[in-house]
Amino acid sequence: MLELITFSTLNGVLYGMLLFMMASGLTLIFSMMGVLNFAHASFYMLGAYFGFEIARHIGFWPAFVVAPLLVGGIGAIVERYGLRQVHKYGHVPELLFTFGLAFVIEEIVQMFWGKLPVDYRTPPSLDFVAFRLFDTTYPAYRMFMLVTAVAMFVFLLAILTRTRVGLIIQASLTHPNMVAMLGHDVPKIFMLVFGVGAALAGLAGVIAGPALVTQPSMAALLGPILFVVIVVGGLGSLSGAFVASILIGLVQTFAVAINASLTDLFGPTIGAALGDLGNVTVAQVAPVIPYLLLVLILIFRPTGLFGTRES
Amino acid sequence: MRAKIAAAAVAFALMAGTAYAQNIKIGYIDPLSGGGASVGEGGLKTFQYLADEINAAGGLNGKKVEIVGFDNKTNPQETLVQAQKAIDQGVRFLTQGNGSSVAAALSDFVQKYNDRNPGKEVLYFNYAAVDPVLTNDKCNYWHFRWDANSDIKMSALTTFMKGRSNIKKVYLINQDYSFGQSVRAQARVMMKEKRPDIQIVGDELHPLLKITDFAPYVAKIKASGADSVVTGNWGQDIALLLKAAADAGLQVDWYTYYAGGAGGPTAIKQTNLNHRVFAIQEGVNNSAPDSAQKFETAFRAKVGMGLWYPRAVNEMRMFAKAVTEAKSDEPKAVAAKLEGMKFEVFDGGEGTMRAADHQFFQDMYIASFGALDPGAKFDEEGTGWGWKEVGKVKAADTVLPTTCKMERPK
Amino acid sequence: MTMLNRALPWVLLALAFALLPKILTSNTAITMLAMMSINIVFALSYNVLLGQTGLLSFGHAVYYGLAGFFAIHAMNTVVRQGLGVPLPFIPIVGGAAGLFFAFIFGWVSTRRAGTVFSMISLGLGELVAASSLILRGFFGGEEGVTANRTKLPSFLGHKFGPQIEVYYLIAFWAFVCIVLMYALTRTPFGRMCNAVRENPERAEFVGYSTQRVRFISFCLSGFFAGVAGALAAINFEIMNAQSVGAAQSGSVLLMTYAGGAGYFFGPIIGAIIITWLQITLSDVTGAWMLYFGLLFILVVMFSPGGIAGWLMLHQPVWRAGRLGKLAPSYALAAAPMAMMLLGAIMIIEAAHHQLVKAAGDGPAMHFLGLSLNSNSPLTWAVAIGLFALGVFGLRLVWPRISDAWGAALANDKAGA
Repeated sequence: MLELITFSTLNGVLYGMLLFMMASGLTLIFSMMGVLNFAHASFYMLGAYFGFEIARHIGFWPAFVVAPLLVGGIGAIVERYGLRQVHKYGHVPELLFTFGLAFVIEEIVQMFWGKLPVDYRTPPSLDFVAFRLFDTTYPAYRMFMLVTAVAMFVFLLAILTRTRVGLIIQASLTHPNMVAMLGHDVPKIFMLVFGVGAALAGLAGVIAGPALVTQPSMAALLGPILFVVIVVGGLGSLSGAFVASILIGLVQTFAVAINASLTDLFGPTIGAALGDLGNVTVAQVAPVIPYLLLVLILIFRPTGLFGTRES
Repeated sequence: MRAKIAAAAVAFALMAGTAYAQNIKIGYIDPLSGGGASVGEGGLKTFQYLADEINAAGGLNGKKVEIVGFDNKTNPQETLVQAQKAIDQGVRFLTQGNGSSVAAALSDFVQKYNDRNPGKEVLYFNYAAVDPVLTNDKCNYWHFRWDANSDIKMSALTTFMKGRSNIKKVYLINQDYSFGQSVRAQARVMMKEKRPDIQIVGDELHPLLKITDFAPYVAKIKASGADSVVTGNWGQDIALLLKAAADAGLQVDWYTYYAGGAGGPTAIKQTNLNHRVFAIQEGVNNSAPDSAQKFETAFRAKVGMGLWYPRAVNEMRMFAKAVTEAKSDEPKAVAAKLEGMKFEVFDGGEGTMRAADHQFFQDMYIASFGALDPGAKFDEEGTGWGWKEVGKVKAADTVLPTTCKMERPK
Repeated sequence: MTMLNRALPWVLLALAFALLPKILTSNTAITMLAMMSINIVFALSYNVLLGQTGLLSFGHAVYYGLAGFFAIHAMNTVVRQGLGVPLPFIPIVGGAAGLFFAFIFGWVSTRRAGTVFSMISLGLGELVAASSLILRGFFGGEEGVTANRTKLPSFLGHKFGPQIEVYYLIAFWAFVCIVLMYALTRTPFGRMCNAVRENPERAEFVGYSTQRVRFISFCLSGFFAGVAGALAAINFEIMNAQSVGAAQSGSVLLMTYAGGAGYFFGPIIGAIIITWLQITLSDVTGAWMLYFGLLFILVVMFSPGGIAGWLMLHQPVWRAGRLGKLAPSYALAAAPMAMMLLGAIMIIEAAHHQLVKAAGDGPAMHFLGLSLNSNSPLTWAVAIGLFALGVFGLRLVWPRISDAWGAALANDKAGA
């Protein structure tokens, strides 16, 4: 039992940190520009594939550095030549643009790398056992993922609170219109934020690729959860995104470990009344719980856990 | 479209005198784009190769066989549209395999179409959709299935497990939909019957193709103390599960249906589980008869992929036999010949297309995946590892009763 | 506008519904017409939310799909219990089911508008799609639920077995729904929806509760989506969990947006074109999904009003009879535009063939009846050259088009 809890916590925190790596970029973009970037998970996928390709020819560590930069560059170009044209039409077209973009990126990835998963492996330098607990091993690569994610969070926080650009970005998070009126080069900041957000997602992809399967549908699998995270965390709040990521990571991991069904929890009469629903175990519905959380938060607390704005 | 043109070109080249309209067309309806495309394309190439083989031998009753591909995007409603298109183009024989949901829709459509259009019947050859219901409660006269359904596979698997004394505690993990649920249900029933001493220490259903991290599930398997896992998982669900198991250092045997599916061998090699992963198949290429091995060598050389579907070979060859014996390619006549047909299958041994439910019964094999024995010819997906036969269940021992009450045409 | 002028489009529409199957007679064509009719109703119901009330929903397929399941179960119940309900009444069941679910989900969704509404719709859509595999009794698990429409009591002697009879049933219901939804846009309520879309605060000042307006609009949209779902159930005789999924919601969004959310007939055009593409494009090219994505992006970037928006741009010019002024410059632009499109398509097809098919099929590919090699430099040079020439030519011609527009509109102002 203790073993289960320990590993579930570790895995939950790890999954949460992975979500945070992606959600951080997304919440920055959303809070500043009002753009719900449907293609964010696609940048994550591009990062994984670029990482795979570079790691295959040169090595993992060069990939770790170069792939996120490439993805960030692509993000900046997308913003400059695509999103900016659409910005004048309003938020809905921006959203639809990223929607179409996600589609196109998935297709192009399939064209170049095929439809089957690719063999993106953990680098030999990290392919050992970190520690042994109660007879189960924990791979060092996962510890590396954890360390990278935490380092990223600290780095982001430092930039946002200690540099001038960071202060402007913070201001844009809560008062975007005012910042524009103060004369800051908002389009340039937008491009920067979009590019950095994409780079962060790309970094998440480079790291997560070996641990999870690198395949064309990886974006579609992770995409909806990302939205849950940023909405639950709250708009305009990076720490909210952090807390929400960990929360959802833990909830999903622990829910899988629970075998009780509603019938077990509430008694046979209620179970019978619910029919099929009563026999379903918590573990079976585990992946659905984040969406339930999303709907509930939106109904009762649309600003999210830590947010200050609704839109 | 390209498939049609290519197949027509082949037909033209081989027998310039035959008129185009005289071809016997078989419509292949499976995903040719999107997520399932790589599997769908593989199947299409297999069938085209087999059609070429028939045409090279002179065709059937003087006519060429032509495979026409239709993309159903793994969507049941789209499948019906494509089936309609196929019928409009003169196709009288449909074949499909990817997805039991699609298969159920197609089987239902074919039944209704044949009822409403007497004289214009079409047949449906199912080469891979294993939901037992298609040859039980929802059986129909116009549907024939060449793949052992999931109950038959579990029966053969549990018969094999009966002889393995090292199995004491089994953990069941499956995808939460009709197939996964039937796997677990039958596993429980059949294991109790054949090895009541085996303890089932876990029984898990997880959402289909949605889990990206199986670590929590692996932790549960570990906690249960199981020495064997039985799973019907396929696609990324088996790949990720094996990966998570390898990461956590889980030492168990894996009894699977689809570890050999596209992407599976790569995952097994990646996680270094040498001869610990077993799969139930209708043949093992490395120990198949010489004729089969020659076929596979030629197939790999020409098409560039391993033979995924020995049962497709059986399907096409039995179809050829039925058409030749009936001296006609009228679907009703072909169906009458196919049911009850006995046939020497591709991997050796006699198989029967049972008339009661149109389910094909053949010898089943259990194979383990790992380093190749010396002299073994075939590795999978370029990994250098291949299949090794570890068990065989004769066709007669795989037969299961059926609830099918088939309505036969007058 | 005279009575005749006002009635004319409707008469033409009714004639189109009635006579098209006589011209396109193959079963595939009739199935396609039936699907187009269903999608027209679906897309129009979506536009009640998007175009009329300004609500962007990502989970609209929920009402379409759930109603479809209700309709299928209703058909099975009628057959099983021997109730005397003929097939043409089943869409009412679908509409009622759509209305019911829109009532429940709408109550929580419409409290807010904008992004929050969209997110809730996304969450609800994912919830329903995920629960479809859990609630096997209702959704039929992976195989879905089937029904046989010929087993219902006959209606005026028809059992609706043949595809053509089903088409006419669907066409009838589609026509009725189109008329009703158009009528909705002309009512004061419809106008209030527009007001709420434009400026919710001001609408409140006028005395209407924006939440209530949105809620009613949502319910009506759900009703018509439900009718569309029931028609789909009748057409295919099978309902599957994919009908409530994200892909279906995305599809109706594309249809409505590409057609043009700002005009009533926009979604009709969008539904027709997208349905046609969905059925035929995959026969012609394996890269059809890429084309869909690009179409989406291009529409959003260059014509956010959709096809209808682009067409209606010309309305003042047409009214003034100055369309002739534009014709020459359009004709001039046609050639570079065609070259650009041809070049782009060639690039995509060659890339797709080279990357995806060449390993198995070899480099030879068929393009518009010609046999080209996807790995030959000549093919690529021609493709890129065409594209570049087209872009260059378009840039040269563009000022002419601007001038022509200026001339056309200037005359218009002076003449009026």
